[in-house]
Amino acid sequence: MTYRNPPTTPRKSATFDDYTLSEIRRAAATGIYDIRGAGAKRKLPHFDDLLFLGASISRYPLEGYRERCDTSVVLGSRHAKKPIELKIPITIAGMSFGSLSGPAKEALGRGATLSGTSTTTGDGGMTEEERGHSKQLVYQYLPSRYGMNLRDLRRADAIEVVVGQGAKPGGGGMLLGQKISDRVAEMRTLPKGIDQRSASRHPDWTGPDDLEIKILELREITDWEKPIYVKVGGARPYYDTALAVKAGADVVVVDGMQGGTAATQEVFIENVGMPTLACIRPAVQALQDLGMHRKVQLIVSGGIRNGADVAKALALGVDAVSIGTAALVALGDNDPRWEAEYNELGTTAGAYDDWHEGRDPAGITTQDPELMKRVDPVAAGRRLANYLKVMTLEAQTIARACGKNSLHNLEPEDLVALTIEAAAMAGVPLAGTNWIPGKNGF
Amino acid sequence: MPATTLSKTAAHDPRVFDLDQLSLRELNQALHNLAPGSNETAWEVLNPKGSHSVAVGVDQPVAIDVRGSVGYYCGGMNSGSTITVHGSAGPGVGENMMSGSITIKGDASQYAGATGKGGLLVIEGNASSRCGISMKGIDIVVHGNIGHMSAFMAQSGNLVVLGDAGDALGDSIYEARLFVRGKVESLGADCIAKEMRTEHLELLQGLLDRAGITGVKPSEFKRYGSARTLYNFNIDNADAY
Repeated sequence: MTYRNPPTTPRKSATFDDYTLSEIRRAAATGIYDIRGAGAKRKLPHFDDLLFLGASISRYPLEGYRERCDTSVVLGSRHAKKPIELKIPITIAGMSFGSLSGPAKEALGRGATLSGTSTTTGDGGMTEEERGHSKQLVYQYLPSRYGMNLRDLRRADAIEVVVGQGAKPGGGGMLLGQKISDRVAEMRTLPKGIDQRSASRHPDWTGPDDLEIKILELREITDWEKPIYVKVGGARPYYDTALAVKAGADVVVVDGMQGGTAATQEVFIENVGMPTLACIRPAVQALQDLGMHRKVQLIVSGGIRNGADVAKALALGVDAVSIGTAALVALGDNDPRWEAEYNELGTTAGAYDDWHEGRDPAGITTQDPELMKRVDPVAAGRRLANYLKVMTLEAQTIARACGKNSLHNLEPEDLVALTIEAAAMAGVPLAGTNWIPGKNGF
Repeated sequence: MPATTLSKTAAHDPRVFDLDQLSLRELNQALHNLAPGSNETAWEVLNPKGSHSVAVGVDQPVAIDVRGSVGYYCGGMNSGSTITVHGSAGPGVGENMMSGSITIKGDASQYAGATGKGGLLVIEGNASSRCGISMKGIDIVVHGNIGHMSAFMAQSGNLVVLGDAGDALGDSIYEARLFVRGKVESLGADCIAKEMRTEHLELLQGLLDRAGITGVKPSEFKRYGSARTLYNFNIDNADAY
């Protein structure tokens, strides 16, 4: 019997992992960057890295089901004659008709309205489906100005000037030809079937001084009735928030890099912008430094999934959160019931992100008339409302345990961090210590 | 409102708004309060002195004469009114106009007619850079010259320039038509000179007529538009960007 040296176990590189290798092969074969939807998928410091302390001897809790815990919030009270009053501090983020099907937009409106909250248009104009089914509709004012018109501006409940989004701060919209149906083409004044790359800058203003004049124009057009939001991608949250306030915004929306997009380059999504958790404290600090915290409201989005995330964001000083990806999942996106069809597309339920290709088995990110029939707007709207209700109850459960009779009374002192990174980003102590990295000289 | 600044002496006299005496808010609110069929069809704005957002969002077919120069976004989102600025206009004049017409007797700054959906914008002087940027159906006629990056990503509508055009005209243009009588400094990505066919000569004559221009023949212009090579992304075109 001959002696064989014991073999070493085959070892794959942590640097050149399977995904990286597959991407190199794909790039070599096609010569084009990878485009996909959704937000950053890499592991990032997030709300999971924070914990609430709850009540103890020094704090006493509220009774779980008996004592009131307010969830309402008013947005836009700084300048608008008609601020938006929401029953819950969770709104639906801007997603375009074009990237989403008509029934999906209707379902978002239905779910939001059932829950007493707002929904938002997107880079494709306002559709009758969403206006008709949304009690409170925020109309996005984007660089492309696709479908922008006076009538819709005046029948909106608020206007959101979009400077950027978390998935691609500094990037414009993208809607590829396969999703440009006749209706989408007409709303955007473009030929059917062409790839649409929206501008990344507004066509008629640049910089904060111009933005102030642009906001004045929008207020004059709408007779100072409507709240004006300014949405920025999570890049320089302290300065962007301060400049938006200086320009006259009623509400600032900060979208972290986990926030989704309909389509952009994978390299952009994963490598530009900051995690949501890292955006909140600088934005709140800017408002506090200007004496505008709670006067100009702050909405944060990007990776909000449950009531704990909502409660943590609010405890850090946010007035409301916004959800996009999670809302689509509630409607039925990436549902395992379509697994066989996801497999045919070379993916699996939970990983499907080729939303730009328009072949979504769940019928949400498509303009295919047959596929979109899979979304029942009434049933999907009900699911969204159920989900929003659960998130709200979860956040209330935590707030009561912390002794708060309003979600907005949660505060950073209710939180600790599990990691040094999260402690530094959120500005709360590492659990079991009084150490906040970066504070007090340490 | 004081009688000295807001006069309405007879049915056909213009309603006069003096911005030295009344606020911009009062002017725009009064214009927005106009009911369909109102008798107040003629308006005059005095002392604009570079005010921003003069006569924005007007949605009734009234005539508004602005006596002096205006700041940003004059006539923004105009829907059906006829605005004449007897002076020059700052950035974004007639931005996102839906219908109606705006005439600037002097020069216009950047982004004139940006994203306009319809109507007619006439600039009797020169227009600066990015004239007609992202236009979506508006017709723009410039008696003088236009600056660089004009008609960038222009989607639809017509831009007529009696003078010269600056660098990168029509960069990434879609289906808008550009007619330039003078020299074009350079064309932007995917913008090319195109044949002037009979239908284009007729279209251009109609635009010149609507703008009240005489003594200029359509045959003196060249037409520019999209080569349509960048409509669907192709890696071999990446150098064009």
